[in-house]
Amino acid sequence: MSFFFEVLIGGLLSGVMYSLVALGFVLIYKASGVFNFAQGAMVFFAALTCVSLLELGFNFWLAFALTLAAMVALGLLTERFVLRPLVNQPQITLFMATIGLTFVIEGLAQMFWGSQPHNLDLGIQDEPLAWIAQTTGMNVSKFDLVAAGIAAALVASLALFFSRTRIGRALRAVADDHQAALAVGIPLQQIWGIVWAVAGFVALVAGLLWGARNGVQFALTFLALKALPVLILGGFESIPGAIIGGLIIGASEKLAEVYLGPFVGGGIEGWFPYVLALLFLLVRPEGLFGEKHIDRV
Amino acid sequence: MSIAARRIGDVILKLDNISLAFGGVKALTDISFDVLEHEVRAIIGPNGAGKSSMLNVINGVYHPQHGTIAFHGEVRRTMDTYTAATHGIARTFQNIALFRGMSVLDNIMTGRILKMKANFVEQAIWFGRARREELENRRKVEEVIDFLEIQHIRKTPVGRLPYGLQKRVELARALAAEPSMLLLDEPMAGMNVEEKQDMCRFVLDVNDQYGTTIVLIEHDMGVVMDISDRVVVLDYGRKIGDGTPDEIRNNKAVIDAYLGVAH
Repeated sequence: MSFFFEVLIGGLLSGVMYSLVALGFVLIYKASGVFNFAQGAMVFFAALTCVSLLELGFNFWLAFALTLAAMVALGLLTERFVLRPLVNQPQITLFMATIGLTFVIEGLAQMFWGSQPHNLDLGIQDEPLAWIAQTTGMNVSKFDLVAAGIAAALVASLALFFSRTRIGRALRAVADDHQAALAVGIPLQQIWGIVWAVAGFVALVAGLLWGARNGVQFALTFLALKALPVLILGGFESIPGAIIGGLIIGASEKLAEVYLGPFVGGGIEGWFPYVLALLFLLVRPEGLFGEKHIDRV
Repeated sequence: MSIAARRIGDVILKLDNISLAFGGVKALTDISFDVLEHEVRAIIGPNGAGKSSMLNVINGVYHPQHGTIAFHGEVRRTMDTYTAATHGIARTFQNIALFRGMSVLDNIMTGRILKMKANFVEQAIWFGRARREELENRRKVEEVIDFLEIQHIRKTPVGRLPYGLQKRVELARALAAEPSMLLLDEPMAGMNVEEKQDMCRFVLDVNDQYGTTIVLIEHDMGVVMDISDRVVVLDYGRKIGDGTPDEIRNNKAVIDAYLGVAH
């Protein structure tokens, strides 16, 4: 039984990290109704910038602050030069624009910092916590635990921010109806700027945690794809949904790998979440916490 | 309630020679009229007369090709929606434009957005001004909720409400901004008799208690003649009448437009 819990806990902890990536999508989707395909590229850009600054000998917090500034600038520029000219265009146009943006950001990252993989050491060891191992016999990674803690704190504070404050409310209003939002005096551009900047910040934290775990390399951009099943489960518009969705995906993929894997030859961790997401689409297409839109005839 | 009792003031909004076209379609042609402070001003006309376009020009959704808009004496070529909001013009829409995924309370709270000044950082840490403002504005919103008698649906997502109540919530959101001028686009459309009576009462109470200037579009002639101080009549994008309800009732051009003319 303790083996089951060990797998479950490991899954939940990596699930929190998925939530973190999914969160970046949710933020932008809520504010502009766009699936921001470039989120993965932003994660990569942030991680690569930060690790490169560290290698140039900057102190960690200074590198963090500089990268954050770069991400905020990137977000504001995106709002100004990509989104603003496309106001009131169909969603598919905006989606295509974010695909284009993906390649631009990837290109920029490699132009500035080259395409070498880097190691990132945040000073947190990836080793089992001794006291847990002694008391329960389970191996729980210290790194996973700290990373999950950071991610959980970030997710929780953003959820509060968006449900309790003026900017949060404005954000949800903008997502619902641009015209009405303008009519009550919500500055559309300012809200979009803020959202892209916050999404950049989330991308930075996600990039550092994932980068420290898997190395800072081009493959980080594909994290975006891992967020898809999380979003389908949780709902594209819901911050709590991103958390729960991440936990379910993380736990189920690890459990499936360990308990179902041996019967089908293993390696199901990679695709199991997508199967789960597909099944979920059949039952509840708006996701666990998505907004159900009722259309009157 | 007489006009004198409400101390009708000076001109608050003046539109001069407004013309608006969409490609070859002329929506409005050379329209001029004014609105006095504290009055209830109705815009009427048959379908397609340009009533909604007129309202959209006032609050900056549409930008007319010709003419000027003077609000509180400040003359502009065109208005823009955000400026209109910051200068105290609030509105409701013909096809209800509420934030459907949000609760009634949150919808009305968005009406207070321009009254809240806490910056991004203060809000991020939910500290000092951000917290105080949230509570103050919540109190104000509760006043509006009481005023419009929608206490029982406070927490309901607006998408689930019946049409008549949605219209009322939209009015609440506009009122929450404490506007000096309120634009109502067919506030009573699709309502039954009791709902219409309620809505009339609310409109008059707003005008009476807060002195809010009201510009409204309405199809129900009985309602218009009862509650407005002055009426503008549009037909095919042109102004064909302007005056008190009594004057409009006896205006030949208006009667022709509504009842048709013998050929």
